[in-house]
Amino acid sequence: MTPDSGPENKRWLARLWVWPATILLGAWHQAFGKVTEAEGFYRHRALVRLTHWINALCILFLLGSGLNIFNAHPRLYWGLTGADADQPFFSLNAVDSATGPMGQTQLGPWHFNTTGVLGWSQAGGEFQPRGWPEWLTIPGFQDLADARHWHFLFAWILVFNGLAYLVYSLWSRHLQRDIWPGRADIKAIPRSILDHIKLKHPTGEAARHYNVLQKLAYLGVILLVTLMVLTGLTMSPGFNAIVPWLLDLFGGRQSARSIHFICASLIVLFVIVHLVEVVLAGPINELRSMLNGWYRLPKDHSGDHS
Amino acid sequence: MARAKDITRRIAILGGLGGAGYLIARADSITLGSSFSQVAGAVEDWTLTAQRGLLGDRLAREYSPSDISPVFKPNGTFNPGTDEYNAHVAGNFANWRLKIHGLVDKPLSLSLAELRRLPRRTQITRHDCVEGWSAIGMWTGVPLGLLLKAASLKLNARYAVLRCADNLTGEPSKGGEQSPGQYYESIDLRDAFHPQTIMAYAMNGQLLDVAHGAPLRLRVERQLGYKQAKYVQSIEITDSFAGIAGGRGGYWEDRGYEWYAGI
Repeated sequence: MTPDSGPENKRWLARLWVWPATILLGAWHQAFGKVTEAEGFYRHRALVRLTHWINALCILFLLGSGLNIFNAHPRLYWGLTGADADQPFFSLNAVDSATGPMGQTQLGPWHFNTTGVLGWSQAGGEFQPRGWPEWLTIPGFQDLADARHWHFLFAWILVFNGLAYLVYSLWSRHLQRDIWPGRADIKAIPRSILDHIKLKHPTGEAARHYNVLQKLAYLGVILLVTLMVLTGLTMSPGFNAIVPWLLDLFGGRQSARSIHFICASLIVLFVIVHLVEVVLAGPINELRSMLNGWYRLPKDHSGDHS
Repeated sequence: MARAKDITRRIAILGGLGGAGYLIARADSITLGSSFSQVAGAVEDWTLTAQRGLLGDRLAREYSPSDISPVFKPNGTFNPGTDEYNAHVAGNFANWRLKIHGLVDKPLSLSLAELRRLPRRTQITRHDCVEGWSAIGMWTGVPLGLLLKAASLKLNARYAVLRCADNLTGEPSKGGEQSPGQYYESIDLRDAFHPQTIMAYAMNGQLLDVAHGAPLRLRVERQLGYKQAKYVQSIEITDSFAGIAGGRGGYWEDRGYEWYAGI
């Protein structure tokens, strides 16, 4: 069974997720969608747009290769150390049952049957013990050495791309002006929560600024990516000899590994909410603004309602 | 002017989209290609340069006796099991000798008893496996730098290549077949002369047991578990490891892993 046969077609579909398809849509619209000063405004500057898309690609590859690396030891612990003899708080296992092997996901005291997806799933056409399934990992076949190569390649790109974004955003005051919440923002939190529950998106002049939950989400994901990089660095024995206190701060090697995984899960949550919001807020308009920078201000329909 | 800029942007977007789409759709095939190894090699060089610039002679964290793992997971080979090795086990390694040869003025051949009479270092350190687990153990052994000084290195010496008694089956490589081979490892002189780099004959106060690499193993504490070669039989000083086995400086290195395992 060659690893690049059959399943790759399936993975292609799985990995499409939403964004490559939506970029296609956006690129197409780009050719038609012209926005004038009267209709909208220049929302995202070139460097922000470029770093956004490079970051998206990095995150995709880091998540996929990270899951392949995770599969080499699909167990998470707290503390300095942890191996087979220690109790994990989360694990993906293949266990024997009356009806044959099954996949079992353990979280604290709970066990779930996840046969076919987590713990025991098909790879290269054969069922095998496997933490995450082949359609989620990069590469699809189990290969710790090469997953690490993908991971480190995109980790370096992520770091340089992230630094470029942060330096530029601080220097241009984009971070301070557009993302850091002010006093008025904090007061508006309850109202913003209500707006989100009603799926009500700002129109007219209000749409020139991020709402407070949006600001907090962007700040949060910047913090998460920073934590990913720092906990990732403490996976390195060389780095730990250089900066030993960082590993202490995270509570030891296995705690750092677990925090790395939890932050990655929260980034997945962010991406899902982010994509849902893009769709709800008007995918063409949102995509255009992240491709050529121009955002059309949604018309104010407030008078239309009773 | 603006029009030309729009077209440039459109080409950039479509190019970027095509490139990203290709990477995502063909990630498995790219992984199997030869240019991927070259990219990975370049990234490894970059990581090595970045880390070595900051590392200097800094020590890996040493822990207290209460941190020692009750169970230290053995990994790789649990028992070399060859006739020769079994005979050494039966005779408590009385006839076993460590050979140090290659680019040295004074080749050495040392018995376990002789090694144990040399100055020793004891350290409680964390062992991080490339797979993700870790364990803490106390190691006692002779600093490798001391042995190499005694052997008197020639000027062109660059690497210490450690050959081991075990033949390991390994794991499927690149999603394909397992490939057995004699275990070996190599480190450069910078790591060989690091104060925490020792040839350990004891673990947690007892002579090494078979599962953990009896009678002698390497501890090179600022790198991952697969560099900590067990069952070491000889140390050859070389100026290159290109001609040895797969040519990449170690058993796992020949199977795609980084030679510099500081990450």
